[in-house]
Amino acid sequence: MAKGRIVVNELYCKGCELCTSVCPKDLIQIAVDRFTPKGYHPAELVDPEGACTGCAICSIICPDAAITVYRWVPADKVKIKV
Amino acid sequence: MTNKELVESLIYTKPEGLTSAVTHYCPGCTHGIAHRLLAEVIDEMGVREETIGIAPVGCAVFAYDYFNMDFAEAAHGRAPAMATGLKRVSPDKVVFTYQGDGDLASIGAGEILHAAGRGENITVIFINNAIYGMTGGQMAPTTLPGQRTTSTPLGRDVEMHGFPLRMCEILSQLDGAVYVVRRSLHNVANIRKAKKAIRQAFEVQRQGLGFSMVELLSSCPTNWGMSAAEALNWIEEHMLPAYPLGDYKVSPAISKHGGN
Repeated sequence: MAKGRIVVNELYCKGCELCTSVCPKDLIQIAVDRFTPKGYHPAELVDPEGACTGCAICSIICPDAAITVYRWVPADKVKIKV
Repeated sequence: MTNKELVESLIYTKPEGLTSAVTHYCPGCTHGIAHRLLAEVIDEMGVREETIGIAPVGCAVFAYDYFNMDFAEAAHGRAPAMATGLKRVSPDKVVFTYQGDGDLASIGAGEILHAAGRGENITVIFINNAIYGMTGGQMAPTTLPGQRTTSTPLGRDVEMHGFPLRMCEILSQLDGAVYVVRRSLHNVANIRKAKKAIRQAFEVQRQGLGFSMVELLSSCPTNWGMSAAEALNWIEEHMLPAYPLGDYKVSPAISKHGGN
């Protein structure tokens, strides 16, 4: 299984929770312990076991393009976008 | 010989077609998804330097701050008229309008009808969320029968307030319209389909075939009074039966573009 990770840009995240509702592995949670500069609780990846596959579904539903997705791929198959 | 060594590669990031501005849209509003899809399509086609967008009046009134390309702001409902002028003086540019249902189906109904009837070679992105968003959730021409809004607190009564307008069905009757489709933004699969339709609409314009419009069923969590996820479910349960998705007009002249 491919390995990946996401980075949530907290400048853009508005805590709408859509990403948390679509993650197939249920790895995204709302960080209730902190606020973004705009005053929202941001989404964050909670993935202690490295289960994120970098499928990018969260980034497709994110209305604010706040999610950057990385995936480990064989060097000969590197492409920029899915 | 293949290189099996794993490297971490960038799969997705904010498209260059969007500026670094933080949008004023409410959390979970699908305007943001529509903006992102448009920016991705324009980036993928490599036409950002040749693209002129027309912003509407409505929630998307500040779209010119969010798209990293040339933009003009039209008077309420007049985006198709402005797009007509821009496209006619600069036929080599890609010209699109971005309009909500209050803008396109209400005050701008005449403009859109005649722009489509004339077969203007422009692309229209029509955001249908069944309500007036910016002004505080009043009834729109697209409001569903029975739907509660601030101006129909007991629900839209069709005897008193009339029936909703289905713009795709109306515009598809016109000879000048060549590509008129309805898509939805309520889940990931439909967002992917919406992106393909937007790409097709821009290809239609680039081939000079005529008027193209993509209607996107969208949510308004704030004025519908629900969470972002509930609003997407509401689209699926209530809007899809009233506004069936599909290709309402695809001219035979359109050759399917490859890829994407």
